Amino acid sequence: MADAGGAMATTAQTVYPVNAVTRYLRELLENNRHLADIWVEGEISNLSLPASGHIYFTLKDSNSAIRCAFFRNRIKGQRDRLEQGASVVIHGSMSVYEARGELSFIVDFVQPAGTGALQAEFERRRAQFEAEGLFAVERKRPLPRFPRRIGVVTSASGAVFHDITTVLARRWPAATILLQPSTVQGETAADEIAEAIDTIARDHAPDVIIVARGGGSAEDLWAFNEEPVIRAIYRSPVPVVSAVGHETDTTLADFVADVRAPTPSAAAELVAPDRADVARSIGAIQRRAEVQLTRAIAASRETLDGSVHTLIGALPNVAEQRARVIDRRAQIARVAAGQLATTRERFAEAGARIGALSPLATLGRGFAVIERDDGSLVTSAASLASGDQVMLRLQDGRRAARIEEEESAS
Amino acid sequence: MSDAPDSTSDESLDDLTFEQLYDRLEAVTAQLEGGGLSLEQSVALFEEGMRLAQQGQQLLGDVEQRIETLRQSFEDEASS
Repeated sequence: MADAGGAMATTAQTVYPVNAVTRYLRELLENNRHLADIWVEGEISNLSLPASGHIYFTLKDSNSAIRCAFFRNRIKGQRDRLEQGASVVIHGSMSVYEARGELSFIVDFVQPAGTGALQAEFERRRAQFEAEGLFAVERKRPLPRFPRRIGVVTSASGAVFHDITTVLARRWPAATILLQPSTVQGETAADEIAEAIDTIARDHAPDVIIVARGGGSAEDLWAFNEEPVIRAIYRSPVPVVSAVGHETDTTLADFVADVRAPTPSAAAELVAPDRADVARSIGAIQRRAEVQLTRAIAASRETLDGSVHTLIGALPNVAEQRARVIDRRAQIARVAAGQLATTRERFAEAGARIGALSPLATLGRGFAVIERDDGSLVTSAASLASGDQVMLRLQDGRRAARIEEEESAS
Repeated sequence: MSDAPDSTSDESLDDLTFEQLYDRLEAVTAQLEGGGLSLEQSVALFEEGMRLAQQGQQLLGDVEQRIETLRQSFEDEASS
């Protein structure tokens, strides 16, 4: 503007080309912060949709009118909001269309009238960040299963941090909680929150970060719609959980965060598992291992029995041979019993070391090995049909059983 | 904490993160369930699994929550 200003400041005798005047005017308007990045409300008239794809209209109220230009690359899905006679609020900046020396408002966002100023600005930013890809679903990261360090950015005073630590103390006390305090409301809040997120992520190696604030009015929560906060969450190297206000409040921080929690307490529930649940699943895995070992032992025994059986079946029915085989069978049975005893000993050793978890106790606790008529083990429900005869091998003996149903609900 | 423990002897168990420990326990059990093992191998895997499980339950037990409050905002930083 220095050029234009300098030129126009010369004496009255100077003769200007038209172009110098229009350019000066345009620069004057475009550099005026009161006319840039503003919202204007009015009614649409003279709506024109030329083939170029740009949209032109006049925004007017009872006494005034202003020409508006909505260029094609800014329209993105907003064409439907533009109708002859529609009341709207539009966002953009004042300019001059130099070719005609006309005032022209360059539009970049349109909302139906009646939308509050904050809401309209919220929608505008949402569309802007969305178009930029900041909210893309593909870049949402999963939360760590068992976090070791949980970063929290929130106010040092107030109930929010207390709520979070209370939940985490109950569910997952193994994690260290890192509080990076920040104001969460007021003019400096956006920059402070952004700084806090950057600092904690850079210097304190959290596995996950919770960005939280308690409930409040839309104005109170506004810092969480500000660009510095959105960008800080976006560039965080670890997943971020947003927890701002109550369940019904939505901020742009929620859109950019990897996970949105309805409340700070809910955020704490989301970032850490419940230790009681985890203890139960470890117990379940232990039982799977026990069942498996019991099965392995039964299978070994089965193999021995099976060999003997096959051997006998394969022999011709000659009395003398039979007698010899019966001797042999007794011998094999002794060997089998010996091997089984070794196995048992070995198993008992393992059992002794792990105390109550001994798999030998498993059969005693009500587990059974299921086998078919031919002696093979049943290891899958799918291999059984209703009416099949099976043998249940329990701790102290066997019982015959029949399968009633092909598949049970469990 | 070590990142990729290959050995899971008693000494190294303490160095496992909970996640590594849990994953190893699941892997050991899956290997048991996969079959094709000798009885000796099965017993060895079973023992390892039980050690991991015990260690895991211990880690879940008596832990005290630790809270660290980091430096207050950048105004403090500026003045420090």
